[in-house]
Parts: sequence; C-alpha cells; structure tokens
Amino acid sequence: MRRTMVLLKIAWQSILRNPLRTLLTMLGIIIGVGAVIVMVAVGLGAKERINQQIQNLGTNMIILTAGASSQGGVSQGAQSFNRLTVANAEALRRDATLLTAVSPVIIAPGQVIGGVGNWRTHTQGVSTDYQVIRDWPLASGTFFDLTDQRNARKVAVLGATVAENLFPGQDPVGQEIQIRSVPFKVIGVLARKGQTAGGADQDDVIIAPYTTVQTRLAGRQFIPQILAATASSADIPAAMEEIRAIMREQHRLASWEEDDFTVRNQTDLAQAAERTTEVMTLLLAAIASISLLVGGIGIMNIMLVSVTERTREIGIRLAVGAHGADVLTQFLVESTVMALVGGALGVVAGFAGARLLASLTGWDTVVSPPTVVLALAFSAAVGIFFGFYPARKAAKLNPIDALRYE
Amino acid sequence: MRTTPVIATHGLVKVYTTGASEVRALRGIDLVVQRGEFVAVMGASGSGKSTLMNILGCLDVPTEGSYELDGERVDGLGKNELADIRNRKIGFVFQGFNLLPRTSAAENVELPLLYDRSRPPRATRQLALEALARVGLADRAHHMPNELSGGQQQRVAIARALVTQPALLLADEPTGNLDSRTSVEVMALFQQLNAQGITIVLVTHERDIARYTQRVVELRDGRVVRDLAVAERADAATDLLSPAFAAEAV
Repeated sequence: MRRTMVLLKIAWQSILRNPLRTLLTMLGIIIGVGAVIVMVAVGLGAKERINQQIQNLGTNMIILTAGASSQGGVSQGAQSFNRLTVANAEALRRDATLLTAVSPVIIAPGQVIGGVGNWRTHTQGVSTDYQVIRDWPLASGTFFDLTDQRNARKVAVLGATVAENLFPGQDPVGQEIQIRSVPFKVIGVLARKGQTAGGADQDDVIIAPYTTVQTRLAGRQFIPQILAATASSADIPAAMEEIRAIMREQHRLASWEEDDFTVRNQTDLAQAAERTTEVMTLLLAAIASISLLVGGIGIMNIMLVSVTERTREIGIRLAVGAHGADVLTQFLVESTVMALVGGALGVVAGFAGARLLASLTGWDTVVSPPTVVLALAFSAAVGIFFGFYPARKAAKLNPIDALRYE
Repeated sequence: MRTTPVIATHGLVKVYTTGASEVRALRGIDLVVQRGEFVAVMGASGSGKSTLMNILGCLDVPTEGSYELDGERVDGLGKNELADIRNRKIGFVFQGFNLLPRTSAAENVELPLLYDRSRPPRATRQLALEALARVGLADRAHHMPNELSGGQQQRVAIARALVTQPALLLADEPTGNLDSRTSVEVMALFQQLNAQGITIVLVTHERDIARYTQRVVELRDGRVVRDLAVAERADAATDLLSPAFAAEAV
C-alpha cells in the first residue's frame, strides 16, 4: 500500500514535469470522451423527446391507416391503394364494443384568409370524438357538436399557431375566416400542444367537422387515417383485434388475403421510435468511440516515445534500486492517470458541449450518469491497455544500456 | 581487529558472447577494498574497467568468480535482489551526472529513498536536504539541474549517492565532463567524504585525478597489472589555492 503511494507520487511528479506532453497525450482522450458524452446525450435527448411527444399524441389512441404494413409478400407501399372510407369509421363506431371514440381524419391543405391576413395551413376534418381521442383541451370557445357534424356546418376550431397568426392578440372566437374561399365561423381555439416527434407543429392546424371538410374542401371518397380510443390501455390489444375483424369484414377480405390496412397504437409507435433512437444513439456512440480508440493509440504512441526519450531516466531509476515492476507500475500509472484525467476533462467538455449544442440547435440533450461512469471506466481501460506495452518495454530495459543511452 | 572488507572478489571472470565470438572482458580479478579506502581503478579503454565497475556496482553479474559486498555474497543474485543491494549498499556517481531533468535537486537526491523497500519512505525530503548540505548545496535544493553548473550537478549526484548511507561510493569517471578546476573541486569533496570514513572506488583514466586517491589499481586486458598505494597523495583543497587555479577562482 505504502509502495503504491510512492509509485503514485513518482508517476504524478513525472506527469506534472512535462505539462505540454501530458496535455497533448490527454487531448485525444478528452476529445474522445467528450464526443461520446455529447453523442449519447443527443441520442438520449431525442429519445426522451420522442417519448414525451408520443404521450402527447393522446391517451389510449389507436391509429388505423390505409395500406398493408410491409410484412409478407411484395407490398404495394402504404396507402398506394387507399381504401379507408368514412363508412369504415362509422362502422367501427357502430360495431366495435371496446372503442369509446372513433374519428376519421381527412386532411385538406389550403390557404386561409381572415383576421389580419392569410396563412397557409391544412384543415383536418374529424368527428366530435377527436377531442377525446387526442386528449386536447380548448383554450377558448367550444368544440363543434353532433348537430354541427350532422348538418355539415361551416364551423372551425383553430390550432394555437393559426390563431396567433391570423388573430394576433385577440380572441378569434366568433370571427369569420375563409378556407379556400369557403367561409367558416371560428367557434373555438385549441390549447397549445407543441411539436410532434418529427418536428412538425401540431398547432398549425384547423379542425372542422369531417362532413363539412369532405363536402366543401376535400371531396375525396377515401380518407388517410381513422383514429380511435379505448377506455383503458389494457383494452388496446383486444380493441386492435376487434378493429381488424371489423375492417376485414368491411373490406370483404377473403381469409387468404392480407390486411389492406394497418392498425397501430402508441406503444408500437413508441417502440419503433425508441428502436430508431437507440440505433442512432448506438451509432453515434460507436463513431465517437473510434475517437476514444484513436486517443488510446495516441497515449500508446506518446508513451512509447516517452520510454525512448526517458531511457536514461529509467536507467537511473534502475541503478538506484527500482525493480522492473516499479518501472512498469510507474509507466502504467502514468498512462492510466493521464487517461483518467483526460476522461474527467472529457466529461466536463462533454457536459459543456451538450449544453452548447442544446442552446445552438434547440435539441434536447441528456447527459446520463451511467454514460459518465462508463466513459471514465473506458478511458481508464484505454490507459491501462495502451500503456501496458510501453511500460513493459521500459521495465525490461537493462540498467547498463539504459544509462549509456544517448 | 580486521573488519569485513567492503569489496572482496575472487577470480572474477566476465565473458560477453556476441554471436559466435567470445570476448573475455575480465580474466580473473581478485580485489579487496577495506572500509575507508579511496581506490582509483585505472586502465585504457578495453582494459575491462567498465565491466569491473558494472559488476562491482551490481549492475551486472560475473560469469565466474565470487563477489562479496560488505560481507554479503552478491554473485548469482536475481535482478530484483541486485536492485535492492544497489539501493542499500551502493551510491553511484556517473560521468554524465545522470540527474532526472526537470526535477529539483532535492527530488533527485530523494530518488533512491523512494525505492528503498527495507524501510518506510518517511522523512525522505529531510534526508535529501541533509545530504545536499553535506555537499555544500543546501541553498540549491529547489533548483532544476539545468539551473546548476556542471560541478553543482555532480555534487547533487554525489548527494544522491550519499543519501542512503551506502557501504560503497562508486564513481565512474566523475570528472570526465568537468573542466580541470571543477574536477579538482569534486575531488576535494571526495577526499573530504573519504576523510569522514566513506569508502570510495573511482574509475578514471586520468593520472592527475588518480593522484588524489590512496591506492591505484591498474587493469590491462581484463587483469590487474598493478595495485599500488599512491606515494605522494595530492590534496585537492590545497591544489585549489595554487596560482594555476587561484586566478580562475575570482
């Protein structure tokens, strides 16, 4: 123990003796560890954000889209043959026992005029259930009701972004707007929901009864999406099966035919997103690890040069009584301490880098303690691994030759 | 009453084998150095004096023959045991000073104490400062080697050799890198230390330097060809006052 302290002291002295060399050696590790931490922070940040946003989509939501999922055979591509209709949504609403809410989603892009100017956005035709499915409260006014829906009344509920742009600083409820030259009355404004996982603004939208949108704006028979919700998340798997059964019946699919629609829920979405971000995090970490490896090779390089350069020093140490093991330990401790200190500085640099990146790009970054611990452990391992060969070379020197070395 | 000699070798032979050829560097050296002696080992290059020096310093082992250092058999010891012997019993002074660069005088002197396995590394700094005081460099303890003159560096090296209180001070051409005045100064220090009872073996090829010792052992072709007491021993301290050196001393 005492000997270890002495050797630590010797190693520490010789690290301090050549600050520039030490700093250059550590630089590789600092950059490597810093890069790993920043990259993992970006990955974890993305993951956290996606999870939040998926929660934000609505509770217990099931999403039905047209087109087969890619499984089996040659897919024609999602939605290449669109076969979801309003009638399907109505059938689900009527027949499904586990669904508490069903809403078709018809999307009609177009210019909106009203208030202080005009705005390009898209109008979503949905049913009265939509608000429940998306769990989306109102900031002011009311949502449209069944009467509005049945009579295809020209009423609209504005997303927060649209409301701000057309009616800055005032309440748009009661005002009139024109969506693609069709006059609509604003009856409500939705609360702000924020961005989607993909970065799209969820509040840049106008909500109107699907009946109105279909007759006045879109006019297409097929719709891209049907949303549904269950009473509790436990019902979701059974509800999805129920939807499949009803949809197969609706589409009159024979038993040997594959589904021509896809049923997903948030968990699927979350898992898919998580897998994506995990792969991304891993990839980023792998790339960053390469710089850590290069840093390790840098340590070995400098230590090898250092052993040659310090041959005389080693000779002196051996002459005055150092054992080969003492010299080995000294050089190992030197490289490990350098790697560890470099790793610690790298952690600091990583923290700062993650902060900086977050403030520059607006991405979320999360520096997790396990990453820090792992990065430090890895840099110590790098120090020992890459320090061993030079250290052994030093320990094997013959004192007579080492003393004569010029 | 006879005390144990510091050095007692019997029939030391060293053969270097390089490929097919053999070089017999030492061909049977019998040498006894008593405690308190000041011996110069002389010889031309190739005479085997460096080889003898390495074996006496436990840096190398003889091919044949026995070597007792301070009453302890050291031939046939392993690498680490030799390292411990060097640490405890021998103080080295080299031609090139061999101080650690960018390391203060005190830390250089401290070095052997850090590798001493026989006692706890306690008060090492204190011992180092005392050793520096013995060579007259108490006020230079925190200087780096490159801030010291050649003579001062060699005195730091001597302090490092003394700090473990070794049985033997082994100096290999200690004046080889010094000008003549500084050489005499270093010899004056050796004489002073010898007067305090320290056993010194000094390897040199300069007769002028050997004059300051008590006994000259001359080697040729790996054998001792002469082993004589110095008839007119020069006193380095007196020489420094002679007109030749006094002029430079200002």
